[in-house]
Amino acid sequence: MAAVTEEIRAASYVGFDSITQQIEHKLLKRGFQFNVIVVGQTGLGKSTLINTIFASHLIDSKGRLEAEEPVRQTTDIQAVSHVIVENGVKLRLNIVDTPGYGDQVNNDNCWDPIVKYIKDQHSAYLRKELTAMRDRYIQDTRIHCALFFINPTGHSLRPIDVIVMKKLSEVVNVVPVIAKSDSLTSEERELFKQKIRAELVHNLIGLYPFDTDENDEEEIQLNESIRNMIPFAVVGSERNVIIDGKSVRGRKNRWGVVNVENEQHCEFMHLRNFLLRTHLQDLIETTAQIHYEAFRKRQLLALKDGVAQRPPAA
Amino acid sequence: MTDSYASSRNGDLSPSQNGHAASSPSLGPNAGVSSVIRKKLMGYVGFANLPNQVHRKSVRKGFQFTAMVVGESGLGKSTLINTLFNTTLYAPKEPLPPTAERPKTVAIESIDADIEENGVRLHLTVVDTPGFGDFVNNDDSWRPIVENIESRFDSYLEQENRVNRQKVVDNRVHACLYFIQPTGHSLKQIDIEFMRRLHTKVNLIPVIAKADTLTDEEIADFKNRILADIAHHHIHIFQAPTYDNEDEETIAEAEEIASKIPFAVVGSDKVVATPDGREVRGRSYPWGIIEVDNEEHCDFVKLRQMLVRTYMEELREYTNDVLYENWRTEKLLSMGVAQDSSVFKEINPAERMQEDRVLHEAKLAKMEAEMKMVFQQKVQEKEAKLKQSEEELYARHKEMKDALDKQRSDLEEKKRKIESGRPLTPEKSNTSKKNRFLRA
Repeated sequence: MAAVTEEIRAASYVGFDSITQQIEHKLLKRGFQFNVIVVGQTGLGKSTLINTIFASHLIDSKGRLEAEEPVRQTTDIQAVSHVIVENGVKLRLNIVDTPGYGDQVNNDNCWDPIVKYIKDQHSAYLRKELTAMRDRYIQDTRIHCALFFINPTGHSLRPIDVIVMKKLSEVVNVVPVIAKSDSLTSEERELFKQKIRAELVHNLIGLYPFDTDENDEEEIQLNESIRNMIPFAVVGSERNVIIDGKSVRGRKNRWGVVNVENEQHCEFMHLRNFLLRTHLQDLIETTAQIHYEAFRKRQLLALKDGVAQRPPAA
Repeated sequence: MTDSYASSRNGDLSPSQNGHAASSPSLGPNAGVSSVIRKKLMGYVGFANLPNQVHRKSVRKGFQFTAMVVGESGLGKSTLINTLFNTTLYAPKEPLPPTAERPKTVAIESIDADIEENGVRLHLTVVDTPGFGDFVNNDDSWRPIVENIESRFDSYLEQENRVNRQKVVDNRVHACLYFIQPTGHSLKQIDIEFMRRLHTKVNLIPVIAKADTLTDEEIADFKNRILADIAHHHIHIFQAPTYDNEDEETIAEAEEIASKIPFAVVGSDKVVATPDGREVRGRSYPWGIIEVDNEEHCDFVKLRQMLVRTYMEELREYTNDVLYENWRTEKLLSMGVAQDSSVFKEINPAERMQEDRVLHEAKLAKMEAEMKMVFQQKVQEKEAKLKQSEEELYARHKEMKDALDKQRSDLEEKKRKIESGRPLTPEKSNTSKKNRFLRA
């Protein structure tokens, strides 16, 4: 191991602190890539929530709207790509929807297509990495975040939720979300969350964010507060309502108006901040460093032990 | 099904409106039930008191009602039952700790309660189905429910067939509230499968649970789509029957109730205080308070009307007259009890006798023909036999004749030989002479 490095102060200003700006300049040109997958039963508001988070109409709801339409028999995987620009920062967004998940009467193995898709993305990246002639910048289609939608029953997690979250947390960062939380009063919401957290702990499901050694005090505290808020109780809406003369996104009933951006009404703002404003970079990094590495290790070991004589994808 | 029920009801009502006056000339017992004559009463007779007698009797006896609630867990079934009957029938559910053993099949639990209001006693039974739709694999999750309903029909059938029928306990399910998840899209696969299997056995009342998460337009769209799905799969949900001779108000009420199916309900057994000081049953959110008893907020009032205030008796009757009867017919037919449909025909003695006579004669003619045939057959047989023996005899006779001919020719041969042959001894020639004589 290297000896303890001393920090030296230069005698005069050298100027290498502008490296951050150089990096930023480079990155701004290249743009960022963020891939997210939404998993949950039909009718929980997944598409609406994505559209609300990014404040644009990115995906359509895939519910069955006609009586003649047949019910989907398997879980489909549909990926949609968009590019959003904000203040010169280009974000390439890949949203993967999973219509048909959990809709049938017999839902055995309905999670297989999802896990397979995630692993396929890792595998595609690995293949590109291992080729001799590889691109300078590999297209990253690995899923950085999985938003898992929980039905707001108010009781506890269902067996299928537990199984799928466990399987997903092994290959991707899982962020659980309580959908349509405007059906729960504040007390019910608290109880429900505690129940869910207890069940997650009991089933040894590890959720993002993970604490690593690199985190400083602030970050650890932030992660702690996030962990106390998981699962986020959200409400999504693409339509605007007028509250106090201002036009905000919300849902209007005859007996009240839910303001999506009001922190007392729901935790949408927290989720958005968490996802985009504070932990976006961390999500991408964790996918690369933890999940992808684990996958890569397994694959390469398997290849080495495997029957194949020739070296992998030379 | 409802149509025939309604029309038979109408048929029942008209004869009961017939009245006989004591002093007006009556035309005597007329031809048949079809033409009823309405009479005017000349004075007060007193049978207008009949409804009161029925009322007193039934109040004394008390009423029985069994409802079943089906739906995924967490949709507010227990809360809604508590809200409907304004009593804590179901204690708040303790959620199972994560380590607890979860049940593997749908359970059927029933709670009984005797509640009383204004002197009228109601024996209420609520059948709950915990576990429905909660597993990963929900195939056949409706089977325990169907079996439970059928077993209740079975026990009622048995009671009907007993020798002593004084005490008949009716625990057949009169209504089934099916809770639909408020997705806003349309019915889920499990909803359709369940309803398809149960709509012929129980009165189905679909209900949109937790409707406070949907806005008005979403509710309207959702209801339309649900109704479209139901019609598409030919599912028969309970519709309140309408009668011809009802007053405007009742008809309007019935129409209003019918237009709100499926009901979008919210349940609450807690009382909250509204900003303007009232204490109401409802749910309190940071953005507003939803009142359960307010018709503008949700359809709970309509559901209560349908289930309790207006149509409880209809539900019971429909269960008894239509659903139970259909099931009974099916069951008895499958057990091999033959249906004697001649009991439905009108009996006229003279015609009957004529028919009988014709039948009898036909039978006799048939017997005669048969006998003739048999006789013919026997004669033929005998003839054939005789012919056969004749032939046999003839054959034998021929045989014998041939044999004799042969013998004779043999003997003649011998004779010729002897005559033409060597001169024989005189005896021999004598004999031959003699023979010759004989021969001549």
